[in-house]
Amino acid sequence: MTAVNALTIAAHDSATMLGRELKHTLRLFRLLFIGAILVPVVMLLLFDYILGGAIGHGLGDTAQGMPYVDFLVPGILMMTVAAGSAATAINVSTDMTGGIVDRFRTMAVSRGALLAGHVGGSVLRALVTTTVVTGVALLVGFRPKASARDWLGVIGIVAAFSFALAWLSAALGMVAKSAAGANGATLPIQFLLPFLSSTFVPASTMPAGVRWFAEHQPFTPVVESLRALLAGAPIGNTAYLALAWCAVIALAGYLWAQAAFRRAAR
Amino acid sequence: MNGLRKAYGGKVVLDSVDLTIREGEVFALLGPNGAGKTTIVRILSTLIPPDAGTAGVMGHDLLAEAGAVRAVIGVTGQFSAVDNLLTGEENMLLIGRLLHLPAAERRARTARLLERFELGEAARQTPATYSGGMKRRLDIAMTLMGRPRLIFLDEPTTGLDPRSRQTMWQQIRDLVAEGVTILLTTQYLEEADQLADRIALLDRGRIVAEGTPEELKRRIPGAHIRLRFADLASLDAAARALGASMDDGEELELRVPYEGGVRSLREVLARLGDDIPVEDLSVQTPDLDDVFFALTGNPSKE
Ligand SMILES: Nc1ncnc2c1ncn2[C@@H]1O[C@H](COP(=O)(O)OP(=O)(O)OP(=O)(O)O)[C@@H](O)[C@H]1O
Ligand SMILES: [Mg+2]
Repeated sequence: MTAVNALTIAAHDSATMLGRELKHTLRLFRLLFIGAILVPVVMLLLFDYILGGAIGHGLGDTAQGMPYVDFLVPGILMMTVAAGSAATAINVSTDMTGGIVDRFRTMAVSRGALLAGHVGGSVLRALVTTTVVTGVALLVGFRPKASARDWLGVIGIVAAFSFALAWLSAALGMVAKSAAGANGATLPIQFLLPFLSSTFVPASTMPAGVRWFAEHQPFTPVVESLRALLAGAPIGNTAYLALAWCAVIALAGYLWAQAAFRRAAR
Repeated sequence: MNGLRKAYGGKVVLDSVDLTIREGEVFALLGPNGAGKTTIVRILSTLIPPDAGTAGVMGHDLLAEAGAVRAVIGVTGQFSAVDNLLTGEENMLLIGRLLHLPAAERRARTARLLERFELGEAARQTPATYSGGMKRRLDIAMTLMGRPRLIFLDEPTTGLDPRSRQTMWQQIRDLVAEGVTILLTTQYLEEADQLADRIALLDRGRIVAEGTPEELKRRIPGAHIRLRFADLASLDAAARALGASMDDGEELELRVPYEGGVRSLREVLARLGDDIPVEDLSVQTPDLDDVFFALTGNPSKE
């Protein structure tokens, strides 16, 4: 088999698996989408309407001179992507703990197609959920000042970040013993890391130790990039830092998932 | 396969298993729970590597040419390997796509196989609504999508009711008629007897016997007549009359060799005469249960 031929087959199999994953998404629509949309929307409303007054007032100029809702929404979009980790980890775990993966493995299906389908499905879901959440944000008063190019940048960051988290969640789903365990394993991605970043308040307002962590962890440059792009503000090097983090997370998740996949065969 | 070995954390699960399966035959691996049947199937179907030993499948080395092996085998594992979120039909089409079948062939084969396995009506439902037997049949239909030349069936009838089991047996016989080779595992002696051309008895990771069902039956004590008596006195009298030795144990029973036919039975009765009351009489022909007992010293069931 020539290399080109092998590549065509791998692409074909990955597309088949992606189609399967999209079908699953439609069948589990309520479970997957509602979870990944409802949680961020509740966070948005909670922080904007209930806590927003006090936080916005308290932040004053540290909210980078923008209304609190405009400060908040980029963080909510990042959380929306993070919330998608649960579905990816659960779906991978369901496949791995069920019998179907053994069937795939005894067929001449190109290696990696299954995970590629999961990751592709995860990225597409993230693009849909962030679009819906952006719509809700516009309804509650979010006023982005992004140019068409900035919007492309936003889509790029969302895609890169969801790609990275998808590989990481795929690995978590791979090593989990059950779907419930897989869900649990993504909770730090869904909540802990967003809270310990500049999602809701700037890192500069946090206590020293937490602040150091928030300033150096990967989610912060992602939020900062989205925030700058959506505000139509100069973005500096933050976007590169965000993309570099995404690449590192994606690679680590990829290697971990592959190793776990091989280890499953013993 | 030659000298297959597999151990999990120091526990030897397969101990030097050698087997040869001929093309076109049904080979049954018979063994109790934990004997290592599934482990053999998983090794031969490229799911797990053996710790030692080699095996060739249809002329391809298992380890060096796993891809070529996968292209000629079809595997129906012990546990359901269907996609529970897709309908029966979608499951079949998915497998067809992964096999790179052209769209028209994919549809035609899906329709034909679903019909053949009596799943036509349930084709548009997800397996969540299927009975155990239906799930099993969908599993096998998916396995057949790729026209495998060697099929592994790991306990295909475990958990099926007697009628579904009969149907499954017939479907397996139909496959054989098409010329495919089948490696079947089962805990049911009767099933191996019914379906297999050759049988290997597996016990704690070792092959303890191998041969045709008839060969295995020949390796154990022949048929006998079992007589039961009401009391010790009649038992003694009968033992003297027949020159038979008494069974161990507390039962008031005698076993007399049986050569077959009504004549030999009548002879035994004639020697007992009218005076010794026989409470019960049965003719026992050996079945694989006896084979198992004779060769492993263990009852086959746990
Ligand atoms: N992944 C594993 N890790 C540890 N032990 C294992 C593993 N897989 C199988 N075993 C052990 O190997 C032995 C043989 O298992 P196997 O599944 O091959 O038996 P089997 O003959 O198929 O039994 P059954 O009739 O119950 O399906 C069992 O004692 C089992 O506990
Ligand atoms: Mg088994």
